[in-house]
Amino acid sequence: MPAAWLFGLLGGILIGVASVIAFAATGKIPGISGVFGRLFAPETQDRPWRIIFLAGLVAGAGITFILSSHAAEFQKGGRSLIFFAMAGVLVGLGTRIGGGCTSGHGVCGVGQGSKDSIAATITFVFFGMLTVWVMKQFAIFA
Amino acid sequence: MFRLMLVFVSGGLFGTGLAISGMTNPERVLGFLDVTGRWDPTLAFVMAGAVSVFALGSYFLRRQGSGVNHVRLASASSGPISFRLITGAAIFGIGWGLAGFCPGPSLASLAALRPEALVFVPTMALGMIVAQRLFGADRS
Repeated sequence: MPAAWLFGLLGGILIGVASVIAFAATGKIPGISGVFGRLFAPETQDRPWRIIFLAGLVAGAGITFILSSHAAEFQKGGRSLIFFAMAGVLVGLGTRIGGGCTSGHGVCGVGQGSKDSIAATITFVFFGMLTVWVMKQFAIFA
Repeated sequence: MFRLMLVFVSGGLFGTGLAISGMTNPERVLGFLDVTGRWDPTLAFVMAGAVSVFALGSYFLRRQGSGVNHVRLASASSGPISFRLITGAAIFGIGWGLAGFCPGPSLASLAALRPEALVFVPTMALGMIVAQRLFGADRS
């Protein structure tokens, strides 16, 4: 059984290859929050490729969950569904206010050396770490 | 048609990468964010792999000047490091740290019909709709 970091590196390379192909095919930076979020913006004209990309994403993940027990691992750190609901609202708001998520800013923006994406990535990683730390201090999910 | 087929393949590879990397497991992501605890470096390897491949690929694409079937490539120039950018990234970071889900892994987890994803994705969509109504879909 290879180490988790090796699965991580392999998965990361696949995500990078996928992002290059999507960029080449659409000319758009394929950040997931933008691909998904803009489906709900009234001015969006190019819905078909967004839906097709996301359908592929769900299909690819589904097949991998079936084929790999490592991929299918799921632990939610004791968090109830209420936490996922609150987190969902914040992630939705934050990614569309800040114009990107882990893929748009973190992978594509940083990969292109864009200063704004580097600043955004440092910010969301820092606040993610801070949130986990604060919850530990208050003994919410040690 | 060819471009849409490529888009489907890239979506498939993206979902495969998210799943195989372990990033659809919230505890792995939370383990990376937990720097004062038992730190899990996996996410750093995911980012290192993805960032370097995209850096190379986008460099060669831009040098070629256009994408598949001469599609125009979005500009690589950085937007302003604005209040909006940093505030949004901070709110996203807090949500990320609360549950260990970001947009890609949450959508990928729909494939397993996990209750967490079935709750997270609609609430995320709601947050996105509100943000885009209030502030517009474009950052600058």
